[in-house]
Amino acid sequence: MILVLLILIPFLGGIVTWILAGRDVRWSRWISLAALVIDLIGAIYLAFIAWSSSGMWLADIQLEWMPQLGISFHLAVDGLSLVLVFLTLFLGIISVACSWTEIQENVGFFHFLLMTVLSGILGVFLAFDLILFYFFWELMLVPMYFLIGIWGHENRIYAAIKFFIFTQAGGLLMLFAMLGLYFVNGGSTGTYTFDYFRLLENPVTGPISFWLMLGFFAAFAVKLPAVPFHTWLPDAHTEAPTAGSVILAGLLLKTGGYGLLRFILPLFPEAAASFAPVAMTMGLVGILYGAILAFAQTDLKRLVAYTSVSHLGFVLLGVFACNQWALQGAVVQMVAHGLSTGALFVLVGALQERIHSRDMSHMGGLWTSVPRMGGAVLFFALASLGLPGLGNFVGEFLILVGVYQANPLYTIPAVFGLVFAAVYSLWLVQKAFFGQSNERWQLPDLSLRETAMAASMIVGLVWLGLHPQPLLNVTRPAVEAIQASEEASRDASQQVPFEIKSANVPTVLESGNR
Amino acid sequence: MTASVPMEHGLILCAILFSLGLIGLLVRRNIIFMLMSIEVMLNAAGLAFVIAGARWGQPDGQVMFIFVLAMAAAEVAVGLTLVLQFYHRFKTLNTDAADTMRG
Amino acid sequence: MFTKVWLIPALPFLGFLILALSGSRFQKRVIAAIGVGSVGISAIVALIAMFEFMIPLSKQTFYVHSVGSWFNVAGFAPKISFYFDALSLTMAMVVTVVGFFIHLYSAEYMIDEEDYQKFFAYMNLFVGFMLVLVLADNMLLLYLGWEGVGICSYLLIGFWYKNSENGYAAIKAFVVTRIGDTALALGIFFLFAHLGTLQIQEIMTRASTAWYPGSQTAVIAATLILIGALGKSAQLPLQTWLPDAMAGPTPVSALIHAATMVTAGVYLIARTNVLFSLAPPVQTTVATIGLLTLLIAGFSALVQTDIKRVLAYSTMSQIGYMFLALGVGAWSAAIFHFFTHAFFKSVLFLSAGVVIGAMHHEQNIFKMGGLRKKLPVAFWTFLIGSGSLAAIPLITGGFYSKDAILLFTWSSEQGSPLLWLGGVLGAFITSLYIFRVVFLVFFGQERSGSPKKPGPAIVIPLAVLAGLSVVSGFLETPRILGHITLFTDFLQTALPAVKSEHLSMSTETLLALVAAVISLSGVLLGFFLYREPSAILDRLAATRFGSAIHEYWYAGFGFDWLYRRIFIVPFVWISSKNRADIIDSLYTGIAKVAGWLNGVLSRTQTGLVRHYAVGIAVGAILAAAFMVFL
Repeated sequence: MILVLLILIPFLGGIVTWILAGRDVRWSRWISLAALVIDLIGAIYLAFIAWSSSGMWLADIQLEWMPQLGISFHLAVDGLSLVLVFLTLFLGIISVACSWTEIQENVGFFHFLLMTVLSGILGVFLAFDLILFYFFWELMLVPMYFLIGIWGHENRIYAAIKFFIFTQAGGLLMLFAMLGLYFVNGGSTGTYTFDYFRLLENPVTGPISFWLMLGFFAAFAVKLPAVPFHTWLPDAHTEAPTAGSVILAGLLLKTGGYGLLRFILPLFPEAAASFAPVAMTMGLVGILYGAILAFAQTDLKRLVAYTSVSHLGFVLLGVFACNQWALQGAVVQMVAHGLSTGALFVLVGALQERIHSRDMSHMGGLWTSVPRMGGAVLFFALASLGLPGLGNFVGEFLILVGVYQANPLYTIPAVFGLVFAAVYSLWLVQKAFFGQSNERWQLPDLSLRETAMAASMIVGLVWLGLHPQPLLNVTRPAVEAIQASEEASRDASQQVPFEIKSANVPTVLESGNR
Repeated sequence: MTASVPMEHGLILCAILFSLGLIGLLVRRNIIFMLMSIEVMLNAAGLAFVIAGARWGQPDGQVMFIFVLAMAAAEVAVGLTLVLQFYHRFKTLNTDAADTMRG
Repeated sequence: MFTKVWLIPALPFLGFLILALSGSRFQKRVIAAIGVGSVGISAIVALIAMFEFMIPLSKQTFYVHSVGSWFNVAGFAPKISFYFDALSLTMAMVVTVVGFFIHLYSAEYMIDEEDYQKFFAYMNLFVGFMLVLVLADNMLLLYLGWEGVGICSYLLIGFWYKNSENGYAAIKAFVVTRIGDTALALGIFFLFAHLGTLQIQEIMTRASTAWYPGSQTAVIAATLILIGALGKSAQLPLQTWLPDAMAGPTPVSALIHAATMVTAGVYLIARTNVLFSLAPPVQTTVATIGLLTLLIAGFSALVQTDIKRVLAYSTMSQIGYMFLALGVGAWSAAIFHFFTHAFFKSVLFLSAGVVIGAMHHEQNIFKMGGLRKKLPVAFWTFLIGSGSLAAIPLITGGFYSKDAILLFTWSSEQGSPLLWLGGVLGAFITSLYIFRVVFLVFFGQERSGSPKKPGPAIVIPLAVLAGLSVVSGFLETPRILGHITLFTDFLQTALPAVKSEHLSMSTETLLALVAAVISLSGVLLGFFLYREPSAILDRLAATRFGSAIHEYWYAGFGFDWLYRRIFIVPFVWISSKNRADIIDSLYTGIAKVAGWLNGVLSRTQTGLVRHYAVGIAVGAILAAAFMVFL
C-alpha cells in the first residue's frame, strides 16, 4: 500500500495545489512542499525496511487490472528503485524550492504539472508490469511538455516539441518491443503476461531477442541520452524553467539509466551481451563528444546540458560493462550526477533570475559581487570534473575500474573524458565568475533559500564521495541479481578477460587499529 | 425479352451519359450546372443498374435505382442549400471563387 | 602519540572548514591564527611522531593508522588509512614544517588582500590534501590527495581572479597535470586488475613475487605511474604549466610549486620503487627524462627576465635532478635532494617575494638592482638560498644532496658517465643562472625608491628556512667529509639502498672536486657577466644565432608553441565549428525534408472543387484500369 501512496501523494497534492491556487498562490508552494516531504517520510520508512531486512524486495503490491490481457497493477521496490525514489523526492523538493520566486504565472497549474511529472517518475521506478511501466513512462512526458512549453524561455515551443517527438518515438519503439515480448514469451510459455517477474523467468533467446532488446534500448537511449540521440536534450534543458531543467537532468535522464539496468540486462541477457560493444562505444563517444560540445557553448545552461551527455555516457559505458564495479558505479554516477548537475541548473537559474542572461560572454567577474554563488558553482563544477572525495568521482572511478576489467581498450579513451571534463568545468567557472567584469554588477548574493538548497546538495555530494557505502549496500542485492543473470548468459558465450578473486582479498599489512 | 435492346447498347448509353456528366462537372464553373452534371452521372449509374438487372432478370437493379433516386433527392436538397449559402457568401455562382482552402 | 597521528592531516582540513564555512565574521588576525595555527600544530604532531619513530628501541618500521573504510565494491576496497614509515614521515614533516613557515610568512605578506580568508582556507586545504597524498596507505586515497593538491594549485594560481590571465594559467596547470593524472588512474586500474589490491605495500609485495624483472606488465604499470609523476612534477613533456603557474601569489609558488606539490611525483616513484626496479627500461627513461628536463629547464632559466620564472625553471631543473637520482636507483638521494630543495627553494621564493613586494609587483630582474643595502634580510637569505641551489661546496645543504646524486649517477649500476656529465653541466648552468639573478637584483646600480621593511612574520620564516637550507645538508655527507649517513639510515627501512659499485676514495674525491669546481666557476662566470653590464653578452645577443637561441630558450624550448599547434588549436577549432552539434543537423534535416514535402504536397490543394473532381475521376479511372488490366 505504501507504494501506491508513494505515487498518489504527489499527484493528489498537485490537484489540491491547483484547486487552492485560485485563492492564494502561496498555498500551492507550501502544499507541494508538504506533499513531497510526506512522501519522503514514506520513503524513509522503506529505507528502514531495507536496513533491517536482508531480502532483495522491500515491498510489493499486485492488484488485478486487466487480467484477460495479463496486465496487472504491480508495484515493487528494491534497493535500486529505492535509491532513485529518494533522489526523485529530494530533487522534487529542490525543484519546488527553486521555482519559489521564478514562477509567477499560473502557479497552481505549474505545481500540478510538476507534481504529476514526479508521480510519473516515481511510477517508472516502482512499476513492475510492462504496461504499467509504459503508462508511467508516458505520464512523465506530457506534463513535462507543458512545463517546457508554457514556462520556458525564448525558444520554448521548439524545444518542447522536439523533446516530445524524440521521447515519443523512442517510447513507441519500446511499446512495440513490449508487445513483441508479450507474444513471444506467451507463445513459448502458454501464459500471456506483461508481468516483469513472470517474463524474467523465461528470458527470450535467439535473434528475436536482439530486436526486442533494441526496441527497449531505443527508448532508454533517447532518454539517457546516448549519442546520437541526444540532440533534444540541450534544447529542452536550455529552454525549460529551472525546475524543469532540474527534473530533466536529475530525474528523467535517470529513468533511461534505470531502464537499462532494470529491463535490458535482465530481460535480454544474451542480446545485451552481444550488443555491449556497440553500446559501450556509444557511451564512449557520448563522453568525449558531450565534453567537446560542452566546451564549445556560450550559453551557460546549454553548457551544463551537454555535460549531462558526457556524464551519462559513463553510465551507458558502465551498464554494459556489466560487472559489480561498473554497475555500482553507474548507480552512484546517476545519483551524483542528479545532485551535481541539478545544483548547477539551480544556480544557473538563480543567476539568470538576477542578470536575465545566460550568455557567458556577457558574464565575467561575478565572483566579486556574488561570492557565495561563485563558491557554490565552483564546488559543483569541481564535482562534475570528478574531484575525488565527491560523489561523481566514486561513480566514474568505479565505472572505469569495471570497464577496465571488462575491456581495457574502452578505458583509455574514457579517461580522457576526465581531462575534457576539467576543461569545460573550469572554463565555465572562469568565464562566468573570474576575470574582470565588463559591467558593474550590483547583484544580491544567494538568499537563505538558495543557500539551503545548495548546501543540502553539497552535503549530499560530500557524503556520496566520502562514505558511499550505505548507498552501495542498499543497491548491492539488486546489482548482484542483474549481474548474475548477465553472467549466466555470458559464461555460455564468452569468457571475461580478466579474472579477479573478488570479495575480500586478505590484507597482510594491517596493524588492525580502527 | 427477345426483341430487347442488347445490353451492350444500354451500357454504351450509360457510359456516354456518365462521360457527359463528368465533362460537365469538370468544365462548368457554375455551381448549378455542376450539380446538374452530378445528377446526370447519378442517373447514368442508375441506368446501368437497371440494365444489369434486366440482363439477369433480377429486381435488384430496379431496387438500387430507387435507392439512387432517393439519395439524389436528398443530395439535391443538401446541394441546393449549399448553393444558397454559397451565393449568399460569395455573391456569385462561380465555384472558383471559393478557393480559400488553397494550401 | 602514535594514536594521534590522524591529527596531522586532519588539522589543516579543520582549519579549512572553519575558514570556509564561517563567512566573513573573523578579523584578519583571527584568520591568520587559524590558518597558521592549524598547520603549526600539525607540524608539531608530525615532529613528535617523527621523533618517536626514530627511537631505536621501537623495531617497528611502519605503522598503519586506519580511520575507517571508504567503500568496498567486490574487493575494490580503499580504506581511509594512513601509512607511516620513514619516507612518508619525512615527507609529512617537510610539508608541515615548510608549510607552517610559509603560512606564517603569508600572514604578513598577504595582509592587504581582500580575500585573506579565502587564501588561508585554500592554503590549509592544500596542506591537508598534500598530507593525505604522502600518508595514504592505498592508491585511491593517494589519488584523492593527488587530485586535491591539483585543485588547490588551480585555486591558488588563479587566486587573483580578476585578471583572467591568471585564470587561464590556472586552468592550464590543472589540465596539463590532469593528463598525467589520468595515466595514474589507468595505472591504478591496471594494478588492481592484475594484483587485486589497492594497498600500496601489498601491491609492492605482490608485484615483486608475481612479476619478473623486465616483464611487460611491470613495464606498463611503471610507465603509467611515471606519466602521472611527470605531470605533477613538471617534467618533460608535461612541464609547460609550471612557469605559467607563477601567476599565483609568491607564497603559493613557494609552497606548492617549489617545496611540496611538484615533488609529489618524486615521492610517488620512490614510494613505488619496487615497480620501477622491476622495469629497468622505464627506470632508464626516468633518468633520461630527468636529465633532459634539468638541462632544458636550466638553459631556459638562463635567459628569463622574470625573477619568479627563473625560479620556476630552476624548480623544474632541480626536480630533474631528483628524477635523475630515481632513475639510477638512488632513492634516498632523491628524497634527500627533495629535503634540502624544499628549504632552499622556499627561501628563494620567499625572499624573492620580499623583493617583488618592495618593487611594487615588478618582477623583471633587469628593472631591479642594488637592493643589497635596502633589503638586507632578503639579500642574505636569497644569497644563502642561491648558494645552496648552486651547491657551493661545504657550507650549503644543496652541495651535499647534489653531490650525492652526482656520485650515484656515476657509480650506480644504472648510472653512466654520460649521465654524470649531464648532471655536472646542469650544475654549472644552475650556479650561473641563479647568480645571474643575485648579481642583477642585489648588486649594481640602484633603481628603486624606498622599499617597505619586512616585519617579524616575514623575517622569522626567512631566517629559519635559510638556516635549515644550510643545516639540512649535514645530515648526510660523503665519505671524504666525515661520512655522516643519518638521512639514509633513517630511510633505509622504507627505501632500498643503491646498488652501486664500490668507488675508491680517490675517485670519489675527484668527482666531488670536479663538481665543486664546476659550480664555483658558474658563480664566477656570473660575477663577470652580470656584476656590471657587460659588452660580451650584448654582442652575443646581437648576432643572429645568439638572438635565435635566446628566443628559443626564453620560450622554454618552444613546447608551448608546439602544444598550442598540436592540441589546443585543433580542439578549439573543432569545438567552435561544431558548436551547433553536427548530429543535430541530421534531425533538423529530417524536419526540413518533412517541411519541404509538406510544401510540395500542399500545392496540390488548390481549393478549387473542379480540380478535386479531376483528381477523383483520374483516380477512379486508374483504379478501374488497375483492376481490369492487372
